[in-house]
Amino acid sequence: MLKALVEPRWLVATGIILLGLLLIPFGAPLFYIYILSVIFVTALLAMSLNLVLGYGGIYQFHHAVFYGVGAYTVALILTRTSLPWWIALLAGPFVAAATGLIIGWFCVRLTKLYFGMLQISLGSLVWIIVYRWYDVTGGDNGIHDIPMPEWLTTFQGAYYFILAVVVVCVGLMFLLIKSPFGATLQAIRDNPQRCEAIGINVRHHKLIAIVIAAFFGGVAGVLFATLERSVFPGLLFWVLSLEILVMCLLGGWFTFAGPILGAAIVVALRTVASRYTDYWTMVLGIILILLIFFLPEGVMGFIQERVAAKNKAPHPQRVEEGSGS
Amino acid sequence: MLRVENIVKSFDDFTAVNGAQLTVADGALVAVIGPNGAGKTTLFNLIIGLFKPDRGKITFDDKDITGLPPYEICRRGIARAFQIANIFPRLSVFENVQVAVFAQQRQSRNFLQPAHTLARAETNAILESAGLQHKARHIASALSHGDQRILEIAIALGSQPRLLILDEPTAGMSPEETATTMSLVKQLAQTRGITILFCEHDMDIVFSVAQSIMVMRHGQTIIQGTPEQVRQNRQVQEAYLGGADA
Repeated sequence: MLKALVEPRWLVATGIILLGLLLIPFGAPLFYIYILSVIFVTALLAMSLNLVLGYGGIYQFHHAVFYGVGAYTVALILTRTSLPWWIALLAGPFVAAATGLIIGWFCVRLTKLYFGMLQISLGSLVWIIVYRWYDVTGGDNGIHDIPMPEWLTTFQGAYYFILAVVVVCVGLMFLLIKSPFGATLQAIRDNPQRCEAIGINVRHHKLIAIVIAAFFGGVAGVLFATLERSVFPGLLFWVLSLEILVMCLLGGWFTFAGPILGAAIVVALRTVASRYTDYWTMVLGIILILLIFFLPEGVMGFIQERVAAKNKAPHPQRVEEGSGS
Repeated sequence: MLRVENIVKSFDDFTAVNGAQLTVADGALVAVIGPNGAGKTTLFNLIIGLFKPDRGKITFDDKDITGLPPYEICRRGIARAFQIANIFPRLSVFENVQVAVFAQQRQSRNFLQPAHTLARAETNAILESAGLQHKARHIASALSHGDQRILEIAIALGSQPRLLILDEPTAGMSPEETATTMSLVKQLAQTRGITILFCEHDMDIVFSVAQSIMVMRHGQTIIQGTPEQVRQNRQVQEAYLGGADA
């Protein structure tokens, strides 16, 4: 089945990259193992947003909420109850998905920018609750020293755990995009009115997509909590949502792997930039401006365009070979 | 099959459709004609549920469908091709039609199977009857205007409709494209047994293809009858020969 979905050379390339990632902890300094873990978590977060943004055409401006809810769910369960760690980790995505269902239920009544504005408002509402409710969430202090099983507290342990979860999630998202639901979602992005006319309940499909995206955003939040063993309100602040949005746009929001690339670039830049300046958001703003002017389809979209142009020129009849896609 | 009774729809102060009547018999090719602004497109939008009527009743197979949402009306067997090419620009031609077939087969919430293995035969059959099979892998936005309009019809066919509504199917087409499109329409009616309701500016096409013609003016129905009856009607002659807004 996989063979039919992916070109063999991509499968080989993915295999090689994965093998490389598996070997890295044997030689690399701890700092790089940690940074790579952060990139994996952030990449999953960006991809979960792109599920609705790039594939659904849904302007989910405040996606970080689901990340934060996933992370806080883990933190709260592990610090306030005596439930085992794996229940906390499993609960995170489901609580995030439930939050997605509630926020999405209101938002799907609107479209385009109006959707985005309402989503920011409702998301900020969740943020303010987390930020001010000291008794439960610790307010702006957050929650620290979340107890985790021994093997997850080492950099290597966390690295492998995060890598495994991210690979499974990315695989699931890939299958989802290639399913009839994925095709329908892209059709809704292109032309919602036409979708209604061919018998698709657009709102319902959008809501399902939002819940799924919130679920995977929640998984990313859970992974953050296991990696950092602390959570803080910044995880659900809108600035982080903007950052994720930039990752998708930078990497290429009409490509599957674009957000991974975008996340890697942004995390690397943030790590480097914060050594020299406190004004990281300004750097982010400049990236965004340059992006809009020079790479409207993102880095991956730009590369794809180039490759397509190169392939097309010597084989003009290539597209005629048959039907299907 | 389809009955529209005394339908009324206003936008603010403007009454676009004002008591129109329409009957479409099973298997027929019915045309709606009238000057610009007569309310033809609004009437079609009312039938497919894009607008909710202020008054009046629409029945399909003797069941009331007035005011149902578009996806519900589509599921009952009415599909519509739009006046402007209303397609999915970033998807391939194949996917454009396939998505409609998925919706018709209630597959659009299938999360697990790979889409490209499903609904292939149905999609290919539609592309073939529309003459688009050799362009199946093209990205829809790269098609010519005429091909986009034909794809538009092909998407509507993906819903496996029993009643197909075409809004000016040949508008803006070259004479060759017009001929192709109209032969496609006739072939759909004859070989697939699809009932067709269309509106069209070109009177030669209307009088040569349609079995029944409904004439609209100022949102009202002047007459519905055979081409011969319509040709003889004095009001129609006035509307078209001496009409103020023709």
